[in-house]
Parts: sequence; C-alpha cells; structure tokens
Amino acid sequence: MSQLSRRSLLAAGAATAGAGALPLSRARAQAANTIKIGVLNDQSGLYRDLSGPGSTACVRQAVQELGALGFNVEVIQADHQNKPDVGSNIARQWLDRDGVDLIIDVPTSSVALAVAGIVREKNKAYINSTGASSDLTGAQCSPNTVHWTYDTWMLANGTGSAMVRAGGDTWFFITADYAFGHALERDTANFVRAAGGRVLGQVRTPFPGTTDFSSFLVQAQSSRAKVIGLANAGGDTINCIKQAAEFGITRRGVKLAGLLVFITDVHSLGLQTAQGLVLTESFYWDLNDRTRALTARVRPSMPNNAPPTMAQAGCYAGALHYLKAVKEMGVAAAKADGAATIARMKAMPTNDDAFGEGTIRVDGRKIHPVYLFEVKKPEESRAAWDYYKVLQTTPADQAFRPLAEGGCALVRT
Amino acid sequence: MDEIFGIPAPLLFGQLLLGLINGAFYAMLSLGLAVIFGLLNIINFTHGAQFMMGAFAAWMLLEWAGLGYWWALLLVPIIVGASGVIIERLMISRLYKLDHLYGLLLTFGIGLIIEGLFRNEFGSSGLPYRIPAELQGAWDLGFMFMPIYRGWVVVFALFACLATWLVIEKTRLGAYLRAATENAPLVQAFGVNVPRMITLTYGAGVALAALAGVLAAPIYSVNPQMGSNLIIVVFAVVVIGGMGSILGSVLTGFGLGIIEGLTKVFWPEASATVIFVIMAIVLLARPAGLFGRA
Repeated sequence: MSQLSRRSLLAAGAATAGAGALPLSRARAQAANTIKIGVLNDQSGLYRDLSGPGSTACVRQAVQELGALGFNVEVIQADHQNKPDVGSNIARQWLDRDGVDLIIDVPTSSVALAVAGIVREKNKAYINSTGASSDLTGAQCSPNTVHWTYDTWMLANGTGSAMVRAGGDTWFFITADYAFGHALERDTANFVRAAGGRVLGQVRTPFPGTTDFSSFLVQAQSSRAKVIGLANAGGDTINCIKQAAEFGITRRGVKLAGLLVFITDVHSLGLQTAQGLVLTESFYWDLNDRTRALTARVRPSMPNNAPPTMAQAGCYAGALHYLKAVKEMGVAAAKADGAATIARMKAMPTNDDAFGEGTIRVDGRKIHPVYLFEVKKPEESRAAWDYYKVLQTTPADQAFRPLAEGGCALVRT
Repeated sequence: MDEIFGIPAPLLFGQLLLGLINGAFYAMLSLGLAVIFGLLNIINFTHGAQFMMGAFAAWMLLEWAGLGYWWALLLVPIIVGASGVIIERLMISRLYKLDHLYGLLLTFGIGLIIEGLFRNEFGSSGLPYRIPAELQGAWDLGFMFMPIYRGWVVVFALFACLATWLVIEKTRLGAYLRAATENAPLVQAFGVNVPRMITLTYGAGVALAALAGVLAAPIYSVNPQMGSNLIIVVFAVVVIGGMGSILGSVLTGFGLGIIEGLTKVFWPEASATVIFVIMAIVLLARPAGLFGRA
C-alpha cells in the first residue's frame, strides 16, 4: 500500500510538472504582448482526421504566413473528446487561467454551442469552423462568434435541393442523436418539403458509439423512400455508406444522401465504394490555383501528408482573418474585448487562399461560394486524393440562410 | 402485411437476424475475455485493442503482403496471439499475485497505448477492406436482403465458440487448464508446466479477439477506435453472463445482440443503453451473473 501511494504521488507530481507548471510560467512571462489561440477539437475520436491535429497545423500555417505582426502568437490545442462537459471545462480553464484569446475549430455541435456560451460570458473571441449546427448564427448567435466554413442550412440547401431536383422526392433520415444531427435533419427536411418532396420517417441513432447501422438501414429501406438522408458525419457516415453497399441498398436504386461528407471520409471509403456520391463542401484542395498553392504549403506539416479538409482550411482562413483584425486594432484592445475584435472582423472583407474573397455577416455567418461535388469513379482519379468533380457552384449570396430567417437577435429588422 | 406490436413482421424478423449477427461478435469477444478471466484471473481490458489489431493486421496483410481474407483468417490470430504472448510474458505475468485491479489497470493502459500508436500511424477515419469475392452478394430471404458475408460471420462465430467450449470442457488439455484454475501448485506438482499453459491461454484468448477483428474488417470501418466502441458492451455481456463462464458468455452474447436489435426498432435512441440497463438489473438480482457461480 505504501508503495502504491508513493508511486501514484510520483506519477501525479510528474504529470503536474509536465502539463501544468511549465506552460503557466511561460505564459506569465510574455502574456501582455501575446495573442493565444486555442484549437479545441477531437484529437482522438471519429472527427480527428477531418479536424484534429490537422486544424492546428493549418492555424500555425496562418500564423507563419503573416510573418512579423508586432506581437507574439502562441497556438495550443486540446482534445474535447466530443463531450460537451469536457469541452466546457477546457474552454473555461483556457479563458480563465491560461489567457487564451481565441478559441477556434470545435467540431461536434453540442460542444460547439456550449463553448459559444462560455466565450460570450468571458467576452473572448470564437471562430467555429467544424461545428455544423446553423443555430450558431441563428437562435443561439453571439456577438463573440464567427461561424466560418459551413453549416447545416448550407449543406441541406446544397445536397438536399440537388437530390430532390434529380427526382429523389421521398426521404428517410438516419440521424445522429445530438444537436448536429437534429439540426441537419430539420434543415434538410425543410428543403425537401419546400421542393415538393415528402419525409417518410427518421431514426435517431445513439452518438457516439454506434458502429452497426444495418438495423437502421433496413428500417430506412422498408419505408420505401427513394433517398436515405445521412444526417451524421465522420465514422458514422462511413459505416452507413459501407453497410448500405453491403446490404445492396444502393444497387436497388435507393440513393444515399451524405449530407456532411469530408474528403477524409471519401479517402477512408475508397473510390470503389464512394464513387458517385454527391456531396456539398465549401473547400476542395484541387479547386483552383489558390487552393492548390495553399495545399502545397501546408501539406508537409499535415498528419500523414494529407491535404486539408474544408474544416481545416476554415481554421487556416479564420485564424488569418482574426490576426489581421488584431493587428489593426492593437493587441491590448483585442485582448480586452472579444466582441469588439469580432466586430472588427465583420467590418473587414476577408481574402484568403482557401475561400477567396468573402465577408462576415452581422449574425457571425462567414459568406463564400459553396460547391456541389460528385465523387469520381476509380478510373477517373489520376493522383492520390484526386476525388471530386464540381457539379455546381452556388454563389456566396445564395449559399447560406438569408439573414432575416435565422432568428438571430443581433439582426435588427 | 402482418404486424407484431405495430411493427411489420418482415422488419421484425430482419432485426432479429441482424441482432443475431451483432451477437456473434459479442459472443466471440466475450468468449475470449471469459477464457482469460477464468484461467488467469485477469480482466483483459486490452481486448478491444486486440480486436482492432486483428482488423488492422488483415488490412496490412492485404496491402503490404498481398495476402487476402482467407490467409488473414489463418495468419492474423497467430500473429496477434503471439503479440499477446509477449505482453503476457513481459508484463501481465508479474501481476498474478496482486489484486484484479492491477491487472485491469495494466491491460487498460496497454490498450490505450496500442490505440494511440495506431491512431498516430493510420489516423482515425479508417481504412477500406473489401468483402472477399467468394462471399459477396446477398440472399433474398423474402422478409429481408441478407448479405452472404453476414451469414458467414454467424456460422463461423458459432463454430469458433463451439470449438473453444469443446477444447476446454472435453479434452485433456482443457482438463489441465480447469485444474490449474482450481489449484495451480497441485497441478504443477504433477509435472504440468502451468506458467507456460497460462501464457498460451492468454495468447489463445487474444487470438479469438483478433479472429473477430478479421471477421469485422469488411463490415465496419477499420479504424483505431473500433475496439473501444465495442469493448464496453462486451464487458457488460461478460458481467451479465457471469465472469469466467464460457457457455454463459456465448449465450449472453447472442441473446443481448438480439435484444439490442429489437431495441433499435422500438426505441432506437436507447439501443446503446439497453444492455447496461439489463446489466444493472442482473447485478441486483443475481450478482454473480446469469450463469456464474456465486
């Protein structure tokens, strides 16, 4: 027993020294002239590849490209494990104790919404890139939040409308049972109904932790819907698509609508299984010269040398724009008032290699063009990660929910 | 169309069958756990990681050595089982004299390390592994469309469970093993090399997990967290069935797979929870599990 307690004491001591003491002492020494960016995302679970360490690499890339700003920038990262309580604790600790000025990325809508509330309470800045719920700029919008890359309304508008136009007028949803899945299902169902389609049913699958979707797929199939809408993401979507192929669902003419599919998901499925899938994204590495140039610059520091996903590209572009705003208004002012920094970001037009030129609306919604892609057939793909062809481009002013419809309190009517 | 409890009968039969398939995985994994616990008194929390290693080993054999599914079915249990033997010799064997908790903590830690290593190397979104050509396609059973591969999984899992049970209950080797569980010094005094037997038993338990991993590779996304998603459920299965009871863990595995399948129809949101509700009830009513000896 005495041996055990001595051992655990030693371990605890080592852990504290490693995790707590060192960063703290360093932070105090140079805190006043340092902007601290916290990348909060999933570092160990199903969203790791589409955000994770790659997002941090993209934020660091933005810092590096801006060169000498006249102030220091420190980038730290943490794993929220897709759990709202874990994410909230880290956010509070970062803002209260560690002097973090900007929290960026934050996949998993339930965590994303919780962190938005905390950042607002502490009056710091928040750029969400990977969270999907359109509520971030709708009912739960905040003067401290910018929602950068995509949202459920945009995805529903892109993929949902396109599927109905192509004849898929009856839908069944397989929905991840948390804020994101519900929002995506709701937004897509609205588009389906508006376009004259019908929703025949839905099934809510436990999140996280569901690996076998065959039961849900069979339920979807027995509803006789023409389209199965996958209101989920990451590993859940991969397993759904894989198992739908296994059960011959797609071969019998039922269409799968992957409402949120990242290029890492396509990579994981392989083109053989993923070919023909229609999906909506706001960034693809091989879209134009600027995206290719960005990809070439950042790829060496990405995990497994992968090109950035749209979520990671959003972290790059968001951090770039934030730091430009901080430079304009001064470090002291930016550190003191997160809402003022965000307001400054909204006043400046955006311009970056990932999304081109754009703007941020008063409700916090970043506006840029959105693309409908189709996954290539194996024989069409000429190089590694050569996966998409563009079907359609939605201009920036039509790609996102109209300002008046979101119900955001920041919008004066 | 006939209906049962407001659900169309074909859908219900389909769900029963799918539940049985998931039950096959639960059974194979909990069987390995039960064998290891019964003979080593170690609660093997590395089991999920070893299941995952099985799936990854199948993928590596295919991508790096060009050896397909059937070779994987043969080679992967041997390879991953051997890694289990090394872990047992180097680490776990030092803990037999201590409380269960130490073994649990050690194996839990090893599991996390293995998962982390795979995550660093392969990322988290998974790798593709195709169903072998011989088992592609599906049967139309009238009430549902049944992929041939899933049928194969059930048959193979039943066979593996039966074989393991026969070895332990009906052979001389199994008799030695059971005797060593009861009184190791006495069995050793009769000239049986008990430590080696224990090492090989751990290797066999790990091999079962790896075998389940190979079976799972074509169905699920092959990713580092595939084991940790499953392992908590499997532990619940072992607890419900009775720690160390081999027949109990197999029957409970299949049974709970079916119950979970039905929950997915009647109350999908609860399908991840139902097994733990059952576990709580069973622990209150029969603390030693359904098939365990008090």
